[in-house]
Amino acid sequence: MIHKISIQSEKFDTAVEVASLVTGRHDIGAVVTFTGLCRDEGGRLSALELEHYPGMAEKKARQIAQEALQRWALTGITIIHRYGLIAPGEDIVLVIAASSHRRDAFEAAEFLMDFMKTKAPFWKREHLVSGETGAWVDARSEDDKAADRW
Amino acid sequence: MLKLVYFAWVRERIGKAEENLEVPTEVATVADLIVWLKGRGEEYDYAFENPDIIQAAIDHDHVRHETPVSGAREIAFFPPMTGG
Repeated sequence: MIHKISIQSEKFDTAVEVASLVTGRHDIGAVVTFTGLCRDEGGRLSALELEHYPGMAEKKARQIAQEALQRWALTGITIIHRYGLIAPGEDIVLVIAASSHRRDAFEAAEFLMDFMKTKAPFWKREHLVSGETGAWVDARSEDDKAADRW
Repeated sequence: MLKLVYFAWVRERIGKAEENLEVPTEVATVADLIVWLKGRGEEYDYAFENPDIIQAAIDHDHVRHETPVSGAREIAFFPPMTGG
């Protein structure tokens, strides 16, 4: 089941989100979380700006979660993706996959992230320490390859 | 009227986030729409200078460039996605 899909500007708390998914459940034997954080790229960046397509971002995240549910025996999925200005060290994205046995949760979490990176409508742009607005981040072929293997 | 929305550097190159346009009936597909938009001015020509890398969505669903546009309410154009 999909526990939660949220596209939000606010910060999130991974521990709170895990507790929300597992509380009261006795069928979950494995929880895998992935958190993506903003890097400063060696001190170069003051922030990353995440632009998104409202409406489509939620829809796509939900479709990706549905696809994971069809491929693996999962007992819960949470996807949270932030937008707006995100400072180095802050969280950008969280996926949680829960299952009875660990293999499903491990694989599903990786799948969810590979698809969120390449198929959900978000675009990153760099903000530089100098105060300038930097370049849009180019899509990486490694990310496409990672998504294609599923 | 068709609502067009643009994101990231496509939005910046065109200089607007969205617009409502009366699209001629001979524009049958997303690819046709890109060709027609490119003819509207140099800002569009710049945004779509490499149409193969531009992605499109009709009413919040990803579509290929050969997809028909008839019946669409909102068409989005954007560069490859870089979330996560």
